[in-house]
Amino acid sequence: MLVQALTEAISLLLSGDGKLVKIILLSLGVSGLATLLAAIIGVPLGGVLAVARFPGRRFLIACLNAAMGLPPVVVGLIVYLLLSRAGPLGPLGILFTPSAMVLAQVVLIAPIMAALARQIIEDTHAEYREQLDALRISRWAATATLIWDARFSLVTVVLAGFGRAMAEVGAVMIVGGNIDGVTRTMTTTIALETSKGDLPLALALGTVLLALVLAINALAAWLKEWAVARYG
Amino acid sequence: MTSLSRTRRTACAWLTALSLGLPAAGIAQEKFIVVASTTSTEQSGLFAHLLPVFEKQSGIKVRIVAVGTGQALDQGRRGDADVVFVHDQAAEEKFVAEGFGIKRLPVMYNDFVLIGPKSDSASARGKDLHEALRKIDAAKAPFVSRGDKSGTHAAELRYWKTAGVDLDKSKGPWYRDTGSGMGPALNTAASMNAYILTDRGTWLAFKNRAELGIVVEGDTRLFNQYGVMLVNPAKHAHVKADLGNAFINWLVSKEGQETISAYKIGGEQLFFPNANK
Amino acid sequence: MAKLPVLRLENLTVGSRRAGMPSILANASLSFAADDCTVILGPNGAGKSVLLRAACGLLPITQGSVAWGPANRDGLPPFALVFQKPVMLRRSALDNIVYPLLHGTIHRAEAYARATQALAQVGLAHLAARPARVLSGGEQQRVALARALVTQPQVLMLDEPTASLDPASAALVEDIVRQAHASGVAVIWTTHRLGEAKRLAKRVLFVDGGQVVEDSPASRFFTQPATLVARAYLQGESA
Repeated sequence: MLVQALTEAISLLLSGDGKLVKIILLSLGVSGLATLLAAIIGVPLGGVLAVARFPGRRFLIACLNAAMGLPPVVVGLIVYLLLSRAGPLGPLGILFTPSAMVLAQVVLIAPIMAALARQIIEDTHAEYREQLDALRISRWAATATLIWDARFSLVTVVLAGFGRAMAEVGAVMIVGGNIDGVTRTMTTTIALETSKGDLPLALALGTVLLALVLAINALAAWLKEWAVARYG
Repeated sequence: MTSLSRTRRTACAWLTALSLGLPAAGIAQEKFIVVASTTSTEQSGLFAHLLPVFEKQSGIKVRIVAVGTGQALDQGRRGDADVVFVHDQAAEEKFVAEGFGIKRLPVMYNDFVLIGPKSDSASARGKDLHEALRKIDAAKAPFVSRGDKSGTHAAELRYWKTAGVDLDKSKGPWYRDTGSGMGPALNTAASMNAYILTDRGTWLAFKNRAELGIVVEGDTRLFNQYGVMLVNPAKHAHVKADLGNAFINWLVSKEGQETISAYKIGGEQLFFPNANK
Repeated sequence: MAKLPVLRLENLTVGSRRAGMPSILANASLSFAADDCTVILGPNGAGKSVLLRAACGLLPITQGSVAWGPANRDGLPPFALVFQKPVMLRRSALDNIVYPLLHGTIHRAEAYARATQALAQVGLAHLAARPARVLSGGEQQRVALARALVTQPQVLMLDEPTASLDPASAALVEDIVRQAHASGVAVIWTTHRLGEAKRLAKRVLFVDGGQVVEDSPASRFFTQPATLVARAYLQGESA
């Protein structure tokens, strides 16, 4: 079965099937945009939590750590109820569109990025604190400096978020509706083909997804290594 | 710091472009309706056969959200679909009676088949569905139920009742309530070598059959009627009544009905139009 | 000594308020003038670093006060602190030096001009574009010095700046500090290298057990230390 999946995966890709390409591009586009938005929210949030001291900080960190384990289906359901015509964001009319999937993925991965970024920035802060304090750098400016200086490690965090977004199925299935040609991503296609009993095709798509995620992680590792050699 | 602010500016520009572009690509450019329908129609390949014909003729894109009948009706109730196309007559009539749907039109029927292991451990094979169900119950042979309030699930429960089997009493480990769609339930049945009720379309399109085969078919009780209805614009003002009606009218038109008849898997017709009967 | 002090410590105490717990630094009252070049000596753990850090606000003060001279006109702190282990930001040498200026009120162009000049001052103009974290230890320390001097502080504080350096690098650092002092910056320097101390110091503070036990002109300290601990320290080091 696995060998069959592998050969089918290769022939699927080689055939340059327009539908498959569209599905892959949609997956990349939705998860890419979600990753970008989540990074813009999550990384600075992680930075503030690492540097600032305010009441409720510990509670917020605990919440973030808990949010990391949020089941995607729950996120999907919450976003679905928000975006549903009968829900508070219903007038936007974006349920069952790629935008809804982006939103669900942002909710899903922003806490992960924030929690991982906080750890990394806190470590960098431990190294820099005295120097930054001696230069009388404000908390905000220090946070920006730390984020910039931890940028190569943070890229790994962002790519971890991207990997999670790409591999996620529960949330995008609910809020996207798995509409053929509109909101059908790699993972929802895999779920659909599995339920049709077409296991080899599902496995082939899974192989493509796995290869993509692997390639992205390899890129992240290589980037980190290059950066350490180049920038120390 | 130079590079930081430059990065930030570029990111902002990208972001704006993308976040404006995505929903626009989904909404503004084309005429479309959202149809909440069932996994049986989607997964049997019927829509892939029907929609291109309709879209070419009308210029209206039909976006199918395929879920169980219960969930599809719920999406209609919440205003998340323009048209609901499902197969549970009692629930559909209730939906219309509550004012969520305008008018229910019969479109077509397909039939259910009782699937089971080729070895037929409960000796259920035959022409009579009720007889078969009673034998499965008596033998306590493994049986997989959708358990997801779908049209198929509703039909299954109805059949047990009319067969005189009190499920609440005789339910045991043999009766597996999976709470999943038709395909996953079939996968489960295939791996357990269990009996299961499914619509013929999904069965014909299903590939992972393992040791399963048809046990009962052709019993008139197994007919499965599909109905279509527009979500009431009086309840949800954004419902695209014109486009939705165009789709509904086409489905029940001569051409629509003929297109439904023409869909075949392996030479077998799956859905039988009966809009005007 | 008619000049106003650039730094005055009153009764400065760092450490536990609780009874029975010894203070890390107790009741230090000191005054530093603009033309002072002070070397702080003392055994490990005596409280030398604590004194510098507390003065710069890096450690919470239990008691007492720190008063700096008039504020720097560029919106920058009146002091600069150089650590034993330089903390290089993950960017080029030049960007490390310009970094503090960009958080003041100086225009970017002027900031870069000043940073370029400061880098030349420490003899590293040719490494301006090199990522700072891949420089050698000695080069990093000189970048740290340039980053300190570029803010034109009234007081330059150095916490064992040569302790991790080879003799040649240490000599370069010493030269840079001497030049800075000659151009009018007050220097406060902690070290264990007596040769360095003898060459640089005008004034010596000897710290032991959290107390400033001796505060003398350098010439007198090295010839006739007033306390037994200082005498023992000098003998131990030179032996």
